[in-house]
Amino acid sequence: MGDFMEKLLEVNNLSISFTQYVQGLNRHESKVISDLTIDIGEGEIVAILGSSGSGKSLLAHSILGILPYNSNVTGEIKYEGQVLDQKLKEDLRGDEICLIPQSVNFLDPLMKVSEQAIGECKNEKEHDEKKLRQREIFSKYGLDESVDDMYPFELSGGMARKVLLSTALVGDPKLLIADEPTPGLDSQSVKETIEDIKNLRENGKGVLLITHEIDVALRTADRIAIFYSGYVIEINTVENFKNADNVLHPYSKALINSLPKNGFNLTEGVQPLEDLPGCPYYENCPIRLDKCEKTKPNLIEHEGVMIRCFNFEGANNGA
Amino acid sequence: MIKINNKKLAKFLGLKAIRLLILLIVIAAISFIMIQLSPIDPVKAYLGQRIVSQEQLAIMGNYWGTNLSLGERVMGWLSTLASGSMGFSLIYRVPVTEVIVQKFTSSLTLMVVSWIISGVVGFGLGVIAGAKEGSWIDKAIKTYCYILQSTPTFWIGLVLLMVFSVYLGWFPIGLSVPIGQLSDSVTFWQWLYRLILPAITLSIVGIASLTMYTRDKLISVKKSDYFLFAQARGESFWGIIKNHGIRNILLPAITIQFLSFNELFGGTILVEQVFAYPGIGQATVAAGLRSDVPLLLGIVIVSTIFVFVGNLIADMIYEYVDPRLRSDEDE
Repeated sequence: MGDFMEKLLEVNNLSISFTQYVQGLNRHESKVISDLTIDIGEGEIVAILGSSGSGKSLLAHSILGILPYNSNVTGEIKYEGQVLDQKLKEDLRGDEICLIPQSVNFLDPLMKVSEQAIGECKNEKEHDEKKLRQREIFSKYGLDESVDDMYPFELSGGMARKVLLSTALVGDPKLLIADEPTPGLDSQSVKETIEDIKNLRENGKGVLLITHEIDVALRTADRIAIFYSGYVIEINTVENFKNADNVLHPYSKALINSLPKNGFNLTEGVQPLEDLPGCPYYENCPIRLDKCEKTKPNLIEHEGVMIRCFNFEGANNGA
Repeated sequence: MIKINNKKLAKFLGLKAIRLLILLIVIAAISFIMIQLSPIDPVKAYLGQRIVSQEQLAIMGNYWGTNLSLGERVMGWLSTLASGSMGFSLIYRVPVTEVIVQKFTSSLTLMVVSWIISGVVGFGLGVIAGAKEGSWIDKAIKTYCYILQSTPTFWIGLVLLMVFSVYLGWFPIGLSVPIGQLSDSVTFWQWLYRLILPAITLSIVGIASLTMYTRDKLISVKKSDYFLFAQARGESFWGIIKNHGIRNILLPAITIQFLSFNELFGGTILVEQVFAYPGIGQATVAAGLRSDVPLLLGIVIVSTIFVFVGNLIADMIYEYVDPRLRSDEDE
């Protein structure tokens, strides 16, 4: 690649698995994220699109260093060219890298929301400064002063979204990780949330959007990574995702064709729960090759698009 | 900070008062009936070892109404009680109310002191154990709690007495005033000195359950989404424990501590017996052993009110301090 500009965040071959004890003392290794590679630049929104419950959030937890103790992580995460180890994660989280959580459950039920947006302070002076900033951000999002003294349970769904977003912005971060920011919201709130996230991009911030809603990903992101059975199978631009002919992976095509506006064509089959020896999409793939059953394709670049499929490997070699 | 809606409070207290009244009537009637059905004969208890004739017994029985039916006796007891009199103590030869006021006041100090000790120590240990779940300190605290939980109070009292009073000689063996001194002439320090050992013994009972409860609550807070989010925001571990952990477990812990008034009262009886501390506990034992029925019934009623007040305070804390339950605009 001729691109030497430092990316804000680079994730290379990240795998996350958990050691569990099933039925007594039998240890079981369950892989949740396999060989995940993705990058985010400044002023860019990258969406990770995958079915709910597939473990996408663990990517966020891994970047922030808050995975549970029984998780095993391999691979590498870099932030502005520096390897992001646990120490650096602890230094950066909350300041340069901020999480926008899913729901109001991520707020302390017994603490006033303004204090939660301000967060932990070393002294009175820092608190006063952050208080001003918190007020500024709250007013920007149309939360008046009465909201400052509210407790999380008193917030309406829309207000809660704004408060959660504000908690990430008081510290002026460079990278934001929005973990399912639109679950169960009405279409107006979804629209507002999308606008809010897009505005962050205008301010030069990088956003990692983790979602299971195709529509939200299409309307918000610059690039979309498709997460299938623990693997990223394609990373493509949002323009290409608007038309099934422009995406490469058969699953991506199926996904786009399943949208109501594209004819609601649903395909049969489910995502495998276990890690297979071959391609995770082998079972349902219409263009599978013989080797797909036993060998796993790597994520490769094909005409500027990242794709995990043997059908494009050959084409690349020929070029 | 806490806005109290007077109308709501009045309604709340009114309902509680009605409940207390019903509870008292039921408790008074049941305990009276139980004593009537027990082998205690009030006439014989009054006479003690004196030898009297059958005619004299009948006259006494007639005077006290033991020849009446059970229903009449219960109604008689309740109506006297309603007039504010709890009768005359057979042992102390003064009205029961007087005995209870005097004994209860001296026990109250013991109970309050040990209640505060057990609250502070129990909560503190629980927070440490919960925060450091799985570490050696957690295991040590847990072991300590299991041992305390499975040990009878009076036995702990005896061990403390043996170690600190008999072997080490640091504290007196018993009594709330030095022997040969009038209770009026006791100085504050003398009194405090004699309170230490019984208060510690009594507090030990409450520590174990509160510690385990606090530990458990803190561990569940540590598993919550808001704890995870606070970590993701770069807050320090002890900062999160302080800002989010204690904030969320303090209220339930205080509530539990108020709900433990019944154990406190039960513990007092044992502790006072071991340390020969003249309070309501000793009076209870004496009334039971020497068939002082009026005093025993009086204590039952007072302890009912005592435990009820503890529960009432616990309820009020939830209603008025927890922002999730507190609503300013009530119906």
